[in-house]
Amino acid sequence: MPPRIQMRDIRLLDQPFLPAMLIGPFTQANPGLGGVCTFVGEVRHDAKEQGSVEALELTHYEPLTLPGMHALADRAFERFDLMGLLMVHRTGMMHPGQPIVCVSAAALHRRDALGAVDFCMDHLKSAAWFWKREKRAKENGESKWHWIEPREQDAADLARWQS
Amino acid sequence: MSGVITVVLLGKLADLAGAPSLQLPAPLDWAGLQAALPEALAGALGDPRNRVALNGALLADKAALHAGEGDEIALLPPVSGG
Repeated sequence: MPPRIQMRDIRLLDQPFLPAMLIGPFTQANPGLGGVCTFVGEVRHDAKEQGSVEALELTHYEPLTLPGMHALADRAFERFDLMGLLMVHRTGMMHPGQPIVCVSAAALHRRDALGAVDFCMDHLKSAAWFWKREKRAKENGESKWHWIEPREQDAADLARWQS
Repeated sequence: MSGVITVVLLGKLADLAGAPSLQLPAPLDWAGLQAALPEALAGALGDPRNRVALNGALLADKAALHAGEGDEIALLPPVSGG
């Protein structure tokens, strides 16, 4: 069987984006696909009790972050039978409701598309080179920045794929 | 005149340093880097969860650091979760 041409679009964006503007062309670029699965993550507002999120800032380290995303895409192509993979991540300052990440996978069969998106999202959230801090409103009306620390759930999410 | 090394600080390590990057005189090894950094930052470097990269490549062993003129050292705290 001849090797199937694989389409990949891996990007960091420092400005707001519209997921539909990415997903349409991505789907068009994979003619003959059997299924396409897309996940879009947005900045959460969170509950008032914790102090509403006013802004989220994502820092990355150029020499590691984008190469790391390409390495993750390599692993997704090895693990799943994919035709194409789109992985776009924001950096910089964001506000609640704005898209922060978009992952889309095209495949002949749905399980590969669904699995690849799940796989990429777990790794982007827990193992990619991003540092996040959020600005939350305090009860006295002031706002304060907090760094977001790794959570136990992130390690559990990654462990799902270690078999 | 000897050259400089750029030290890039990510995440909360930038807060400890009070700046996103520092310039230090070359050359630097691991002990030299710790001695040259502000005390709060030098203390944090001992935490095994904080990683070090030299010119964009992660070091498997931080103590093996040897940086010269024009090199870039990055100090990387654990990445944030969801």
